[in-house]
Amino acid sequence: MSVNLSKGQGISLQKSDGGELSAVRMGLGWQAAPRRGLFGSRTREVDLDASAVLFADKQPVDVVFFRHLVSDDGSVRHTGDNLVGGAGSGGDDEAILVDLQRVPVHIDQIVFTVNSFTGQTFAEVQNAFCRIVDETNGQELARYTLTGGGQYTAQIMAKVHRVGGGWQMTAVGTPANGRTFQDLMPAILPHL
Amino acid sequence: MTAELVRGQNHPLPQTRLEIRVSAGHPVVACATCSDPHGAVRDEWIAHPGAPTLPGIEVSRRATEAPRFTVDLDAVPEAVHQVNVLLALPQGAGGPAHFGATAAPFVVVTGQDDAELASFTITGLDAETALVAVELYRRQGAWKVRAVGQGYAGGLAELLADQGLRKARETATAVQETVAVRIPRAEPAQLRTSAADGAYTRPATPRPNPTPGSNQTPGSNQTPGPNQTAGPDATLAPGPDATLRDGLSAAGAASSQPTPTPDAPQPPGGPINYAHPRRQSVAPPSPPPAAAPARPGQPAPPVAGDATGWSMEERLYNQVWGMFEDLARSVAAYRSAVDFAESRLDQELDQVLSDPRSRIGGTGDAAREAARAKCEELTDRARQALDRDLAQLTAESEVVEPALPPAFARWDNPAWHAYRVPMEIPMALRLGDLQLPESPELRIPFLVRLPLERGLWVDSGRSGSEAAIVLDEAQLRRLALDCAVAHAARLLAVYPPGEFTVHVIDPAGTAAPSLAPLVGSGALAGPPAAGAQGVSDTLAKLTQRVDLVTMAVRGGAADSLPPDLDTAEQLLIVNDFPHGFDDRAVTQLRYLADEGPAVGVHLLMVADREDASAYGPVLDPLWRSLLRITPVPDDHLADPWVRHAWTYEPLTVPPGSAVLRQVLDQVVAARRSWRR
Repeated sequence: MSVNLSKGQGISLQKSDGGELSAVRMGLGWQAAPRRGLFGSRTREVDLDASAVLFADKQPVDVVFFRHLVSDDGSVRHTGDNLVGGAGSGGDDEAILVDLQRVPVHIDQIVFTVNSFTGQTFAEVQNAFCRIVDETNGQELARYTLTGGGQYTAQIMAKVHRVGGGWQMTAVGTPANGRTFQDLMPAILPHL
Repeated sequence: MTAELVRGQNHPLPQTRLEIRVSAGHPVVACATCSDPHGAVRDEWIAHPGAPTLPGIEVSRRATEAPRFTVDLDAVPEAVHQVNVLLALPQGAGGPAHFGATAAPFVVVTGQDDAELASFTITGLDAETALVAVELYRRQGAWKVRAVGQGYAGGLAELLADQGLRKARETATAVQETVAVRIPRAEPAQLRTSAADGAYTRPATPRPNPTPGSNQTPGSNQTPGPNQTAGPDATLAPGPDATLRDGLSAAGAASSQPTPTPDAPQPPGGPINYAHPRRQSVAPPSPPPAAAPARPGQPAPPVAGDATGWSMEERLYNQVWGMFEDLARSVAAYRSAVDFAESRLDQELDQVLSDPRSRIGGTGDAAREAARAKCEELTDRARQALDRDLAQLTAESEVVEPALPPAFARWDNPAWHAYRVPMEIPMALRLGDLQLPESPELRIPFLVRLPLERGLWVDSGRSGSEAAIVLDEAQLRRLALDCAVAHAARLLAVYPPGEFTVHVIDPAGTAAPSLAPLVGSGALAGPPAAGAQGVSDTLAKLTQRVDLVTMAVRGGAADSLPPDLDTAEQLLIVNDFPHGFDDRAVTQLRYLADEGPAVGVHLLMVADREDASAYGPVLDPLWRSLLRITPVPDDHLADPWVRHAWTYEPLTVPPGSAVLRQVLDQVVAARRSWRR
């Protein structure tokens, strides 16, 4: 079951078999800008960045992004910065893996965001999407198509948060503007 | 100004020194031919990677994604009326089978000043494997360029034959052979997918060539008609069902392939196998030990060597570093949670204090109590999570420690009693143990890679740690020396015989009791150097060695080193620094610390920084360039992930144990028998 969400739509999810999420992956994919013959490296590359912010009681505690690829506790790992995008064929160009069992006890929310580091709005980027995947069985929990998303350079995508003894994911999908996750902090806080 | 040409269009060339660049998404072979006013190409008028120059024309020497043609039209002989720029796909290189399978080649003609004069994208290609990209031709005393884009499904041989070259087929084969030698195969032949094989065995389809533009001038090369397409029997193919590519591969195989082994016959016409027929590839590593299946609800029992690596040693090394990282991160999670709980408690207590209602009755006390309970609850849960991780890591440590080879093992490990002189340098050396205050029982081996990347400094000063302050100065110095001797003995033991040499500088002879195992076993290169003279002699010798080897390495003349030069790695133990050192000796010591590690000369300083304080900040770079270790536990080492301060503990030889002397005796005996 894959839920294709439009922007701004929020939905609460739990694993359909009633179990709890134990590992999730946020994937981000987009198509590289077309190359322009000679001096192709001087084309205007598109660089989107995925980030995850760890909150304890509405205070940011740690952040995983391209300058800090692994959270100090090791539970959230970024697979590495992609500066140009991929073939646009639907594969993830950047991914953030969260091992929910290893998340420190005081962390109660993890918010995933997407930013356009090079400044192109989502209207200009081809085949851009982000999605949340249940890493244990590969099932897509939520997917956003970013392309055609209007004059925005960032999106607060989703959050996973503690409910009782387990975790739950809530899709957020709020568009915003900013170069890195720092610029998004004011936009993130209302969703905590 | 760039003219974007379409097929058949021509454009005047204002300059005669040109460069023609091609960008294709895959390697292509660049060739050029010249024709006389009648369109005939003489046999010697072809430039290709095997013979890259003609008067006024030069082509790329290899098949590349961006071949270049450099043309000086003034230098082209008078008899030449036209220069044809040709591209062909290299055969058998694992690239695309025909131009239709790849991006359209893009050709740019630029002048001397790098200005683009004309460009041409060769579109509409399909089964062609060679093509005429553009022509440069004389027109009323000036030169012009014409976009041609004429492809040939029969490949270079058909193209050249069409241009009237008499030895077209031989030339094409020679070109492909030249290129094939220079392109390494991207992948072994047997790895090719069935889809790619399909492309290889596809026959060259006879199809009409695209019609070139209508503004043909007399003297340009003939347009091949539909009857001149490649067919199974047209030019090259040896049999009715063999393809052109197969024919060429077979020709290449005949000339460059060693005789195939009888048990692995080459299929005729198949892709060339460049592997040496009798050479075995590197044997795959033995599989890592499999962990026993986990009982439900519990983590799998740990197994030594449960990590990636080509050998058990590498796996253990990676496993130890994995444990190191896991412990660092688990403790980081715990500390972060506790910090958060405490800061939240502070905030809540402040709130209670500032709330006027809390002054009435017991509400304030209750709120305080609730805040404290919340903090304790969170801390308890954090501790539980940490204890769970520590239990797992402790269990892992209990199976890993006994499995470690001598270089990674503590002195009390049975591996040292079963010690045999090794024949290979180990990956790494254990310098001590690391631990965090949260888990004093769990000690992680501190492994550093060999050969050492920096010198060692055993700090004999009392300023560092609490453990050092309770000892008096003499005790600490003695401990530091014992520690240094144990490190030196370990280094001697883990290197193959004769590949590690230890020198000692002991100006006042104060280190004699500690040095006894090294001196007594005869493991040292010479007696410890005493006095100012001994210091300067030893340093001069090692400095000269560093000079010589550095020069030889930089000059690429390693074989011109003097024959009596000791090729072993050198370790210099310096005691009592700066006693007996003059300024010159200090400078030499700093030189050794900076330049030595790169050429296998290492320092092991036993020193108290305070003793050398008279030198002031001059020596700061020296201390910084050395890895500081201590003879007593001290928390001064940071991990690379979260920068905890780890407590370093040196390895100690168990009291009453003769393991050090036994090991050194074996080293000396092995060195003697090896030298004989």
